[in-house]
Amino acid sequence: MEFKQFVFYVFGGLLVFAAAMVITLRNPVKSALFLVLAFFSAAGVWLLLAAEFLAIALVLVYVGAVMVLFLFVVMMLDINLARMRAGFGEYLPLGGLVAVLLVLEMALILSSGRFDAAVMPEPEPPPAGYSNTRALGRLIYTVYAYPFELAAVILLLSIIAAIALTMRKRKDTKYLDPAKQIAVRREDRVRVIKMPAEKKS
Amino acid sequence: MIPLEHYLILGAILFALAVVGIFLNRKNLVILLMAIELLLLAVNTNFVAFSHFLGDLSGQVFVFFILTVAAAESAIGLAILVVLFRNRASIDVEDLGSLKG
Repeated sequence: MEFKQFVFYVFGGLLVFAAAMVITLRNPVKSALFLVLAFFSAAGVWLLLAAEFLAIALVLVYVGAVMVLFLFVVMMLDINLARMRAGFGEYLPLGGLVAVLLVLEMALILSSGRFDAAVMPEPEPPPAGYSNTRALGRLIYTVYAYPFELAAVILLLSIIAAIALTMRKRKDTKYLDPAKQIAVRREDRVRVIKMPAEKKS
Repeated sequence: MIPLEHYLILGAILFALAVVGIFLNRKNLVILLMAIELLLLAVNTNFVAFSHFLGDLSGQVFVFFILTVAAAESAIGLAILVVLFRNRASIDVEDLGSLKG
């Protein structure tokens, strides 16, 4: 077995194992950690497919940002695990049937021989000095310039939406507005009363 | 060398596992979001595999956009989850039924 094949099967096996753990584990924190493993293994598979930029983007963006957000939220919430677990395997027969059908359909299409090594051979390795990041960047900033800007708008939208959804004003907070504080005049605070001096008896 | 078929089968298995996950954990909103991430990962793997074997970088650009949208989706999904938990003290999907306009 070639080394590349060995790496593919190790990473693919890890990916499937981690995905199975994500959907079956009881504790959401452990699920999130296994999802991190799944993303990492997928990044390895993508590296084998010569998609270096996307592989590192997957590790940086997903493992570094999205999964940390997931872990943060899961640990912040106090989830009632017993209630979540009730009726866990209720739809397993139906779900399993759908999944088996999906894989069988895919296998049927793949066994037609249109995708095997003879029809679609592995492409030649790129010449020395070829950079996947540079090629991708050139494509994104020329042909896909407008979709790229649209993606930026979507990210901005998600920032605004997430902040707008979760921001709230506490009612019981003792917050002071500094602008109001420094705008206070003497008359608002001190009242001078004129009254006659009391006589000593 | 590894033929294209193996990558596609890996993607199909991953996709099927994520679908089973949605069926299994239909109560837990967090795991549902994670299963959606797995679905998108399977689709992305197929895109990258075809992009490599056809020698066309457009597939990778598409994966880039899917990653962007998926990140935005999970951020908003988790924000909704936090708001839901604040109001209902649970993240059970069944409790979403009491939502009234």
